[in-house]
Amino acid sequence: MTIEKITIDCTVNHTAHSIRAYPMARLLDVLREGLRLTGMKEGCGEGECGACSVLLNGELVNSCLVPVAQVSGANITTIEGIAAGDQLHAVQQSFLTHGGAQCGICTPGMVLAAISLLERNPNPTEADVRTGLAGNLCRCTGYMKIFAAVVEACQK
Amino acid sequence: MSTNQTQIVGQSIQRKEGRDKVTGAMRYVDDLLFPEMWFGATVRSPIARGRIRSIEFTGNLPWHEFTIVTAKDISGQNCTALILDDQPCLADKFVNHAEEPVVLLAHPDKYLLEEARRAVKIDIEPLPALFTMDDALNQTEIIWGDDNVFKTFLVEKGNVDDVWASADFIVEGEYETGAQEQLYIEPNGMIAMANADDGVTVWGSLQCPYYVHKALLKLFGLPPDKVRVIQAATGGGFGGKEEYPSMIAGHAALLAWKAGKPVKLIYDRAEDMAATTKRHPSRTRHRTAVNKDGKLLAMDIEFVIDGGAYATLSSVVLSRGTIHAAGPYACDNVRVRSKAVATNHPPHGAFRGFGAPQSIFALERHLNKVAATVGLRPEELRRRNFLHEGQTTATGQVIREKLDLDGLLTRALELSDYHAKKERFAEHNATNATQKKGIGFATFLHGAGFTGSGERFLESVVGIEATATGNVCILVASTEIGQGTNTILSQIAAEALRLDYEMIELAQPDTANVPNSGPTVASRTCMIVGKLVESAALGLKQTLVQSGLLTDDYSLDEWRQACAIYIAEHGALKSFSKYEAPPNIFWNDETYQGDAYGAYAWAVYVAEVTVNLVTYETRVDDFVALQEVGKVINPVLAAGQIEGGVAQAIGYALYENVVWDNGTMRNNQMTNYIMPTSEDLPPIRVFFEENPYTYGPSGAKGIGELPMDGPAPAILNAIESAIGVRVNCIPLLPETLMKVMNA
Amino acid sequence: MRAYLPAYDLQTPANLAEALRLLADAPGVWKPFAGGTDLMVLLEAGKLAHKQFISLWHLPELRGISITDDSITLGAMTTYSQVQTHPILQREFPLLCQAASWTGSVAIQNRGTIGGNIANASPAADSLPALLVYEAELELVSARGARWVSYQSFHTGYKQMAMRSDELIKAIRLPRTTNQWIQHSRKVGTRKAQAISKVCIAALAKIENNTIHDIRLAFGSVAPGPLRCVQTEAVLKSRAIDDATIKDARSALAAELTPIDDIRSTAEYRLRVAGNLLAEFLAGNGIDFHSDR
Repeated sequence: MTIEKITIDCTVNHTAHSIRAYPMARLLDVLREGLRLTGMKEGCGEGECGACSVLLNGELVNSCLVPVAQVSGANITTIEGIAAGDQLHAVQQSFLTHGGAQCGICTPGMVLAAISLLERNPNPTEADVRTGLAGNLCRCTGYMKIFAAVVEACQK
Repeated sequence: MSTNQTQIVGQSIQRKEGRDKVTGAMRYVDDLLFPEMWFGATVRSPIARGRIRSIEFTGNLPWHEFTIVTAKDISGQNCTALILDDQPCLADKFVNHAEEPVVLLAHPDKYLLEEARRAVKIDIEPLPALFTMDDALNQTEIIWGDDNVFKTFLVEKGNVDDVWASADFIVEGEYETGAQEQLYIEPNGMIAMANADDGVTVWGSLQCPYYVHKALLKLFGLPPDKVRVIQAATGGGFGGKEEYPSMIAGHAALLAWKAGKPVKLIYDRAEDMAATTKRHPSRTRHRTAVNKDGKLLAMDIEFVIDGGAYATLSSVVLSRGTIHAAGPYACDNVRVRSKAVATNHPPHGAFRGFGAPQSIFALERHLNKVAATVGLRPEELRRRNFLHEGQTTATGQVIREKLDLDGLLTRALELSDYHAKKERFAEHNATNATQKKGIGFATFLHGAGFTGSGERFLESVVGIEATATGNVCILVASTEIGQGTNTILSQIAAEALRLDYEMIELAQPDTANVPNSGPTVASRTCMIVGKLVESAALGLKQTLVQSGLLTDDYSLDEWRQACAIYIAEHGALKSFSKYEAPPNIFWNDETYQGDAYGAYAWAVYVAEVTVNLVTYETRVDDFVALQEVGKVINPVLAAGQIEGGVAQAIGYALYENVVWDNGTMRNNQMTNYIMPTSEDLPPIRVFFEENPYTYGPSGAKGIGELPMDGPAPAILNAIESAIGVRVNCIPLLPETLMKVMNA
Repeated sequence: MRAYLPAYDLQTPANLAEALRLLADAPGVWKPFAGGTDLMVLLEAGKLAHKQFISLWHLPELRGISITDDSITLGAMTTYSQVQTHPILQREFPLLCQAASWTGSVAIQNRGTIGGNIANASPAADSLPALLVYEAELELVSARGARWVSYQSFHTGYKQMAMRSDELIKAIRLPRTTNQWIQHSRKVGTRKAQAISKVCIAALAKIENNTIHDIRLAFGSVAPGPLRCVQTEAVLKSRAIDDATIKDARSALAAELTPIDDIRSTAEYRLRVAGNLLAEFLAGNGIDFHSDR
């Protein structure tokens, strides 16, 4: 049995899109391959590493675990929608200043997780930061520079 | 306009490619798209050892649409060229480890490709396989060569056998370390275009473009100018993208050649973990003679590593582990006997530290046992045996630099509040039945650059080119994999030429455009390649000065003008620099004696732990990492290297366990192979001392691997101080600790 | 991505009635699909055997938290994030909130649902032991009607549930009877965050003057499903907390648990640590804890 592709209307980075895809297609693949938004990465394909994080209706999710049939009408923000033109978001700038990015593969997801955390909790303690970022694995930094970046970003 | 005098080396300048990384604009291999690109997949051996009887393409699939590659499609030599060239690119007739590649498939529809991968049935007649170092050594089967041994080393200083009789104490111990997955967050991947007219071009996630280049030359039997290797942005390597990318590049290129289409071959996490290299498991036996004053009289060390099914890099991993096995101590009689043996595991390979974390773990655990036997505190035992200027290492290398390990140890113990905590923890542990606190440390060294004659053989070359605008492009095959290559090499060039950092850029590593500056491994990029960048930069300046276009004291404008004039007259302004060994550095490959490394980084790491006796879990509460690394080029990046290395090493010590089942990794998922999250790590407090090294750029040495060496023994020493139980294997999982404590 | 995508269907019915009709018309053909945090992992690995699913994520009838004097009712699609931040749940059902905070990471908690967790029926699920000790009830609905069942008898074996193929879990009801109880839970995972449990405990007890008047104990990852330990509870009821009681409770617990070796831990570890966790809970509410060494 072969299933037909379906049409999904949703908003990505403030732009309306009509997407044709198999209903069980991962949001990750639809955004990366269909819309060429390649900032999010596939690190594990099982919701463990957070490299594919996006904001779905304002909430942090792993796009590898979201079937596209479930995003009809949704508002999606990817890393490409974070900076305002040339103006970096405070979290992005802070990652640059504090060395929060090394190889960069976890960085887009990590930045989105940090932004999501600061939206829920504008003045997080270090413990809050650790919890808020625990779903985003980084193998390069040991996280210390990322904590520093997030703490500084929320002071702005 | 005044001369640009700003110091650039030593500043925490922002990462060169940082902006693209925080905005998601950086393009990694899986982000690249080529017209008419197909997708590739690898069909692998389900068992560890056997004879291939048949390959069947089953199921109701349009097989005619697929490109299918097996060993018989290889036009050159069926090997992944490295050191011994014993590893086939595709298994032919026999398989020697689980997940060994046998068949390659390509198709434009990647979902159908997965159906096809499942439908290829490889029928293999099983043969007996080896999975332990003891079975390999005992030759219960011969699976490689005549004796299952890839490589043996013997390092001898003095004569240990003359000492045993006169020693006050002889202390023995056995230490084991497990396999460790590099777990870069970007899985391996390659894209290839290949045909008879244009040759082979690959883009990929890799550390060593010229390793891949060499492998493709042999696989296709092509001349060097017909093979081109381009590094895409690379999402972490840690050694895991040192040798294995040559295999994947070969596979992608074979498919592309046969399909006549570009082929993208990206591993998913499960495939990457199951099939690619891991850190070599090891076993070290120590026998140490010591007198009642704690002076080490003889160190007899037997070091064995499990190389897996093919030789790959095991000989050099063994070499580094062997040389580091006796640590930063002065002992007149040292013998290190080491072996890399074959098993039917997937080949173990490069991983940050490269043998040293294994042998240093053993030594730094063992010295605590020696100290306890003699009745000395662990720090006192070390103080009585530290290397000093003028003394020699196990390979007879005379320490020519200022070296104050005593001072380093004192400072590390102060920074960690070691002595006060030791007392406090003793009181705490006396009254708390379930939470036991401890503190421990390790003292160690790590050599920068290739071992022994390695750098001489490499003959690395670095180029640097100025444009008519006066901007400068560095031409190296050294890759940015997160560690900061682009940034520090730019800083070094900017410093040497007194230009703005923004005026320097790096050419994309592309074997068609950059010279072979050697592989991006072995803590060599800053010290060795950085020095060559510095020399090449100075060569550029010298050309302009000698042409009369520039004086020694120049402004940015004068520089720009000089470049413009020179290029208008000569067409291009380039300078190349080739490696030359520092004077007085000599290594004997036969006796394994001499100057093993141009320079060493020295370190003392202190770990504080709590062991929970309800759950047998160990938590690292605080971590101090103090090191002497020569001049620090970029403090934020350097600290980032140390913090990241310590985090990986905490994983190595306490969490990261590869579950083997007949040579197959069973926990090949991030969910079940446990690396530390942001909640699992202590504050990692990093401190540097700077003792500039004459032959490093601005005095810098190497630091990339160093932080991998010390944490595991420091943590296990801390655990012993917490619970009084000696455990000598890592990863030390709660399940192991429970067994030991209830034995 | 190892699945053959064109083989998979995911319908998004507009409302519950439509979803139930699909289930009723073709029994066994459709399976429910909630936030996807478990099923998508199987899909990615090429191991999702079933092919046709009905998305419940959007159904308004399965959302919302409603409160009466006697109980709190959670729609099955209530996410872990919603559980954690709900003030009454935080106050009266802290074990459930704690378990929700242990489940995966923020991104998982935003998608994972309490109903999905029950239906996935993993023995390692973090929130299920809490539901057991809170004596939750489930509302099962089908085109034929609705019925309430006790959660305690819901899991009948490994991934087996007392639910018909045309039924859905619509809601989870928690009786508001917890104010007199001491509440305790602890998870031992493979690491501190984003971990699958190796063993976990949820416990409620009424203890006065060092005597256990009533107790409810449940463990995860030590049996084919989450396990309410009624035998151990029986051993502990009306006993004073002392070394002998703890020893007896450990024995009873050891007899009741059936842990296994897997890639995350060993049966031996799970058994011993489960006993330690119980002892820690009892000791924390009575005498000093003695390690079993």
